[in-house]
Amino acid sequence: MSSELLSNIAILVLAGFVGFAVISKVPNTLHTPLMSGTNAIHGIVLLGAIVVLGREETPGVVDTIILVVAIAFGTINVVGGFLVTDRMLGMFKGKQPGAAAARTEKDGSGS
Amino acid sequence: MSALAATDMLPDGPLGVVVPILYIIAFALFIYGLSGLTGPRTAVRGNWIAAVGMGIAVVATLLLVRANWIWVVAGLVIGTLIGVPSARNVRMTQMPQMVALFNGVGGGAVALIAWAEFRSSTGFLDEPLYVVIATMFAAIVGSVSFWGSLIAYGKLQELLPGRPIGLGRVQQPINIGLLVLAVVAAVVSGLGGASEWWIIAVLVLAALVGVLVVLPIGGADMPVVISLLNAMTGLSAAAAGLALSNTAMIVAGMIVGASGSILTNQMAVAMNRTIPAIVAGGFGGTQAAVSGDGVERTVKSTSAADAAIQMAYASQVIVVPGYGMAVAQAQHAVKDMAKLLESKGVEVKYAIHPVAGRMPGHMNVLLAEADVSYDALKEMDDINDEFSRTDVTLVIGANDVTNPSARTDPSSPIHGMPILNVDESHNVIVLKRSMGSGFAGVENPLFFLDNTSMLFGDAKSSVMEVTEELKAL
Repeated sequence: MSSELLSNIAILVLAGFVGFAVISKVPNTLHTPLMSGTNAIHGIVLLGAIVVLGREETPGVVDTIILVVAIAFGTINVVGGFLVTDRMLGMFKGKQPGAAAARTEKDGSGS
Repeated sequence: MSALAATDMLPDGPLGVVVPILYIIAFALFIYGLSGLTGPRTAVRGNWIAAVGMGIAVVATLLLVRANWIWVVAGLVIGTLIGVPSARNVRMTQMPQMVALFNGVGGGAVALIAWAEFRSSTGFLDEPLYVVIATMFAAIVGSVSFWGSLIAYGKLQELLPGRPIGLGRVQQPINIGLLVLAVVAAVVSGLGGASEWWIIAVLVLAALVGVLVVLPIGGADMPVVISLLNAMTGLSAAAAGLALSNTAMIVAGMIVGASGSILTNQMAVAMNRTIPAIVAGGFGGTQAAVSGDGVERTVKSTSAADAAIQMAYASQVIVVPGYGMAVAQAQHAVKDMAKLLESKGVEVKYAIHPVAGRMPGHMNVLLAEADVSYDALKEMDDINDEFSRTDVTLVIGANDVTNPSARTDPSSPIHGMPILNVDESHNVIVLKRSMGSGFAGVENPLFFLDNTSMLFGDAKSSVMEVTEELKAL
């Protein structure tokens, strides 16, 4: 076992705990954007596809096709994931002032 | 040549230091960004911080590219050309299946990388054992995730029937058998120098597992399944990162794996179900036994005018939104109606079931889009006691989350699932397209109660008619 493997496993375990710690505080309301956001982050597999294709000096046709598709898939995951999350969150953005306005409106009609 | 050995990964010279440092910056941004996603005010920024981290990680990886530039760029361009428009144009109602699809392609990418790794090392000749194990894990989980997500997409997009499709009792032995076969094929693939057909067998068997596991799962469980598949893709990405000794992949994949597991568990708990029970066959199996008790029951139907009068003279109205509101895009109409009611002195609250719609928070997102005040949205535990004090409860396209048989009927497939106690309010008005049963395929006794009346039609036009009637009052 190389020391690099061991340190990678250490990173793996620690990252797991970071994941637990960060997420356990999320309010219900944000679960969907959060799922979407983490979904975008696992698009990190894109890196693997780039690395593997980028080091093959003379790839065969099949290898090239497999890896180009993998890169495209990874890119869709990343780009689509972040954009969709942003769109969802954009709906929350205007809400704080909106909520305040709705409250004052209600107060106004009540009085 | 050991194509995958870690020492090959980083070039000598400055790049060997620059790339790891960029990776460290990248995953620090992921963690910082994700912690921003935990609050509504920091969430937008958090998402973009994570996206910047991703950009840095991709740029750092591009520095490692030694060959095939054109193809790498081609893949990136194709992915962007597909990803951007689909993310831009998707309607909010179709968000859950879009997330399922994006998750699926991520899993697919992992599976394809594993395949390519097998090919480039001519069947793992001279590879260390951990690389083989991690790659095979990535192959199986990635393929399950890809095909499982496609089925979830098909169900949510209504390309496939939403009801459970299963093989009944033999389902579970078949699934387990296929998984065992996939693992066996993976072991053979990993022996070194095996025929390529073995890794293809791994991918195909895992694909069958993904399809057969998700097909029998009923609609109400679908959010849990998407979340579970999301976590699995994360884990497979971490495994691929381990095989490639890529710290950014390890950290990002594992964070998603861990957080996704927590989220999945929270959702399952909200439905009083366990993840194993959901995966082992969803609402299937008992389905056939429940339907039809032979008694013809009738429902009362009402008109928009009657509904308007009932609500206008109520002191409190609780709106229970569900998937039907999402489909009809009725959230703005609902907001307009609520505003009108409030101007008449009626208190309007929204009861949000944790799994209303197709994802947790689905209804919150839609109502937030319509600018509904954050304070008016009540979670199940906060509002369930209020129904008995409520004059009118307006159920808009929600079904299973209001089904009282979850409380009373032990033979019901959804028995034990926490529900909104809508049936306790003085009057219930249900907006519904027709008398079909819900996504879970379970009949809802709520519709037959004496205090329930049905307003049939498209949710949006029904709400707008009610609003018109309210204006006329």
